[in-house]
Amino acid sequence: MDLMEYQAKELFAKHGVTTTLGVVVETADAARAAAEEMGGVTVVKAQVKAGGRGKAGGVKLAKTADEAFEHASNILGMEIKGLTVNRVLVTPATPPVEEYYFSFLLDRANRQYLCIASVEGGVEIEEVAKTNPDAVKQIPIDPGTGVDAAKAREIATAAKFPEAVFEQAVTMIEALYTVFVEEDATLVEVNPLARLADDKLEALDGKISLDDNASEVRHHEHEAFEIKDETDPLEAKAKAKGLNYVKLDGQVGIIGNGAGLVMSTLDVVAYAGEAHGGVKPANFLDIGGGANAQVMADGLDVILNDEQVKSVFVNVFGGITACDEVANGIKGALEILGDAATKPLVVRLDGNNVDKGRAILDELNHPLVTQVDTMDGAADKAAELANGGK
Amino acid sequence: MSIYLNKDSKIIVQGITGGMGAKHTTLMLQSGSNIVGGVNARKAGTTVELDGKELPVFGTVEEAMKETGADVSVAFVPPAFTKDACIEAIDAGIGLLVVITEGVPVQDTAEVWSYLQSEANKAGTRMIGPNCPGIITPGESLAGITPHTIAGTGPVGLVSKSGTLTYQMMYELKDYGFSTAIGIGGDPIIGTTHIDALAAFEADPDTLAIVMIGEIGGDAEERAAAYIKDNVTKPVVGYVAGFTAPEGKTMGHAGAIVSGSSGTAQAKKEALEAVGVKVGKTPSETAELMREVLRNL
Repeated sequence: MDLMEYQAKELFAKHGVTTTLGVVVETADAARAAAEEMGGVTVVKAQVKAGGRGKAGGVKLAKTADEAFEHASNILGMEIKGLTVNRVLVTPATPPVEEYYFSFLLDRANRQYLCIASVEGGVEIEEVAKTNPDAVKQIPIDPGTGVDAAKAREIATAAKFPEAVFEQAVTMIEALYTVFVEEDATLVEVNPLARLADDKLEALDGKISLDDNASEVRHHEHEAFEIKDETDPLEAKAKAKGLNYVKLDGQVGIIGNGAGLVMSTLDVVAYAGEAHGGVKPANFLDIGGGANAQVMADGLDVILNDEQVKSVFVNVFGGITACDEVANGIKGALEILGDAATKPLVVRLDGNNVDKGRAILDELNHPLVTQVDTMDGAADKAAELANGGK
Repeated sequence: MSIYLNKDSKIIVQGITGGMGAKHTTLMLQSGSNIVGGVNARKAGTTVELDGKELPVFGTVEEAMKETGADVSVAFVPPAFTKDACIEAIDAGIGLLVVITEGVPVQDTAEVWSYLQSEANKAGTRMIGPNCPGIITPGESLAGITPHTIAGTGPVGLVSKSGTLTYQMMYELKDYGFSTAIGIGGDPIIGTTHIDALAAFEADPDTLAIVMIGEIGGDAEERAAAYIKDNVTKPVVGYVAGFTAPEGKTMGHAGAIVSGSSGTAQAKKEALEAVGVKVGKTPSETAELMREVLRNL
């Protein structure tokens, strides 16, 4: 899960990273009130999970509370990289003298962590990385030993933090690493890490991505970071039922087991759709291992509520999942849904207990259910049905 | 021959008494795997009966290895305890550690990988997974959850990020069969990579051709392509899932995240084709490409 700036800053503050929290508001009036309360110059910042907010006009300085109101009115409702701005963060302005860049992230390729640090931070950091890579230091971190005071000092030295802020940088690096490991993040980024006029270091902006597996296993408090209004209603419904669902723009609903097979199913349906009026997959839905009747009913319920969906393709290869359980799941789901099930289902079962599974559906003989034995054949049938039988 | 696993492998199951552990131990026994016991600290000294066989439960991996001579462990422990289970198996000096568990925090896996690279890994333990279906050498042994009935033994070596795509591809090529099929898992950090498996298949005399299955996210396939160019002489056929996946959306696997230009299915396909790997658009087309390769051998 990616966090918004104000959420990232909350985690910074929790672990001793110097930052200014400010106030998050959803109306221009509330922005004015917040700015009035703070007094002096404030910054109004769009809160969306996208970079380049400043360049898009989503970050503005306000000299007065009225200006804060004006900026907030303009920024709220604005679209940044396809995302609508529903809230702004108002903070006292702390203008930087210098801007640095700092991050810890998961380095998949090398199976370790990586620290990236530069004293040439700010909005052009990606450009700096291209034109002057020496100015952007990359320091590998061994997950077994992590970052202690000595390692933090090594990083600060490598990045050439100026003497006046060096000790603060060391402390900040340790604190940021604490955020990274204690919160189970895959990315903790500060850009800019600002040197203020009084030589104080402060995280002026923050970006954090959290590991969903860890949130599930040991950080249930991370649930509070989920912002309901930013989620597609069908995705929200699926999530509430514990389903791994992603809404797409198409007509063939997809249910399968295993992320790889479901992704492959999307591809095969998209290719099949080329011969059937260009129909496309409507979603990604991985029911995972335990495909009992309730899971199948929940999955079908979500997909059948997608108004774009014209047909559903259930593609299961039984490994952990047994096909008879899936078949019983489909049978049970159709019973649970009753008259709410109105769209044709193409089912392809293979693998563990396939004969039993197919026999259950044969016996059910439901008017909406068609069994096809191959993945390609079933994708073609589902695409045809989604295109009104053509 | 085969890679990593054969008829002589003696397998223990960490978490044998749990629902998943018991269910899949039964299936492994049915496949002919030599399962010699299990581990559960709270049930040490007891036995479990699975598929008509009485299996001893030990308190630790070390004890299980000492008593049974086991050299492979398959872990079905819950994600919260997976890191500790792995460290325990590495400390005990197991040869092959297959971690089936899904949902392991990635920093836990990062720490386990670091441990595997450290001096603590005296026995040189190899880890497969986590979040994987494990490994099968058809007709000899299964350490994992791959259905053993899909395909028999044959000339094809298979390595895949995805579990169900492993099954699908085995099914598509059941007319030829497999030397070994290994599901390496789709998590951002895994123990055994495409490259490791490619190297092992290259060295295995019974593997004549290799199928490599990837999916969007990361750059493992691109790096595998570079490796193939310089090190693999056997024919390789590839498949990549996720051509139609929208950018920036996570599709289930923590690893399957498309970010910007690299990591897309198209980029992976191009990288593989550039080194002479034929890449299929669908599993069935990939199987057809492999059949063509095998016919011409």
